[in-house]
Amino acid sequence: MSAASLPTSSPRSDDQIPLLAVRDLVISYGNILAVKGISFDVYEGEIVTLIGANGAGKSTTLRGISGLVPYSGDIWYQGQSLRRVPADQIVGRGIAQVPEGRGIFGNLTVLENLKLATWQRKDKGAIADDYERVFKIFPRLQERQSQLSGTLSGGEQQMLAVGRALMSRAKMMLLDEPSMGLAPVLVRDIFQVVQEINRQGTTVLLVEQNANMALRVASRAYVLETGTITLAGTGEELLKDPRVREAYLGG
Amino acid sequence: MTTQPSNDSSKSKLSWSARFAQSPLLLRIAQAWEALLARRWLLPVLLVIGLALSFLIPQFRLVNEYVQLIMMYVGINIIMTISLNLINGYMGEFSVGHAGFMAVGAYIGALLTTQVLPYAWLEGPLVMIVFPLIVLAGGAGAALVGLLVAVPSFRTRGDYLAIVTLAFNMIVKSVIENIEAIGGPRGIPGIDKLTTMPWVFFWTVLAVWVIRNFIYSNFGRGVLSLREDEIASDLMSVNTRQVKLLAFVLSSFFAGIGGALFAHLLQFISPRVFDIIKSTDFLIMVYLGGIGSIGGSVLGATIYTVLLEVLRPLQVWRFVLMPLLLVFLMLYRPRGIMGLREFRWFVPNSELLVGKKKEVGNAAAD
Repeated sequence: MSAASLPTSSPRSDDQIPLLAVRDLVISYGNILAVKGISFDVYEGEIVTLIGANGAGKSTTLRGISGLVPYSGDIWYQGQSLRRVPADQIVGRGIAQVPEGRGIFGNLTVLENLKLATWQRKDKGAIADDYERVFKIFPRLQERQSQLSGTLSGGEQQMLAVGRALMSRAKMMLLDEPSMGLAPVLVRDIFQVVQEINRQGTTVLLVEQNANMALRVASRAYVLETGTITLAGTGEELLKDPRVREAYLGG
Repeated sequence: MTTQPSNDSSKSKLSWSARFAQSPLLLRIAQAWEALLARRWLLPVLLVIGLALSFLIPQFRLVNEYVQLIMMYVGINIIMTISLNLINGYMGEFSVGHAGFMAVGAYIGALLTTQVLPYAWLEGPLVMIVFPLIVLAGGAGAALVGLLVAVPSFRTRGDYLAIVTLAFNMIVKSVIENIEAIGGPRGIPGIDKLTTMPWVFFWTVLAVWVIRNFIYSNFGRGVLSLREDEIASDLMSVNTRQVKLLAFVLSSFFAGIGGALFAHLLQFISPRVFDIIKSTDFLIMVYLGGIGSIGGSVLGATIYTVLLEVLRPLQVWRFVLMPLLLVFLMLYRPRGIMGLREFRWFVPNSELLVGKKKEVGNAAAD
């Protein structure tokens, strides 16, 4: 089955093939249905955001895409199904996730953290370029490369988490609540970095509770409520939508 | 086992001197220690001296036979501790059945010597070739069994995996007890004393060297990431199953080596030797020396083994004193003597340079 024959529920009506196509995704934890059959597309070069309250199934969706939880329905990436592909190989195909709570290896140095993201890569020359790229975006990480990452500040840890995802040379980055636990000024910085990474050619799927910030940077957005998609549109449309304003932007 | 991040990095340069800065005498000692550690060429020199001593001590009876025996036990215990530290310290699992792997190696080795191989092979110069093969066979057998224990580790972690390894240790013990052909509960007496000091020295150095190189390899970094955060290491493209499998196989391989050496030193093995208490001994050595540290494993095994012997005159009271010592150690040094830190001698040059040269290009040159 080719991706071209997939039904498209995207607001973009042209015949471009989505980089990532999620179809009727159902994920349950035991008896609890966390995601109840959602479908959405992410096209190359976009920033797409999933917003929603706690427990809406946002993080679970990302875990499904990364292959960390079993699911029914299907996830297509570059026209290939990701079902039964182990998590480590999904990274190899070009999808990197910055997990919720950053998932930093606290007792390892910053450099070791970055190195781990290249675990399956054999292209040494390109890896050197990637270090350069990451240190260019986050000069702070270069200063602290031999420091234990557990001793970094929250903002620096988030930078490291994003830098790590960049090191795996992903075409697509999944970001799970990058603003969590950060001061507003740092949140702004992180979102600027996300936009910068996107401009350099990485497609971004962003999960956020901070709907205001997320919708501003997003090309398109989906609103997730208790496991189903209730609204879809461009970032601007949703920013103006009265339902979104009431529920997530404080009226 | 999760560990709090702390400032004392294995790479920090002034760990000792900073701490003792107040006292001038201690400061001088600390400086001397630092200077000693900076001389990396001393390590190969010490190894050569150690190898020479391992031949000279038994030849000229530089120390009496009892002390020689203790020295060989220290070597075997270092092998056991360092291999257990790979699982419990570096990978952050909690295996409590290390004596089970040791038993497999010991029994394979002992059976080869007493029942399978013709006696002529164990005489004269031929034993120089046959004995290492016997020990290797013990290691290989244990490694195969390690493969079986690695599989449940794919699905379960922490306390639950501890139960699995506990059960494994019990299974090994009762299987051996119930096979009459290998002596049953009576064990195997009269094993030839093939374990000599040079052999113990050789295998100990080999175990330290192999495990040290493994830890500083790409796979080793994967092992460390598993300890820190398994989901994150999946997301970093680490093949967690492959890494776990390899770590368990390597760990049980060296436990088997230790077992085969042990059998040919004690000359008598029985299932009772390899019970949970024996596993606990290795656990104590690991946590005494410090998790995630090669230097710590060497220290822990040495100190515990020697202390138990030194305190022998206290008879039963040493089993009161030793645990008390451990309680106090955990109160004042909760991560053991060397927890998550490393003697610089055991850290490869490439790792040490990274901290000093900040250029991006050097950082990438692994």
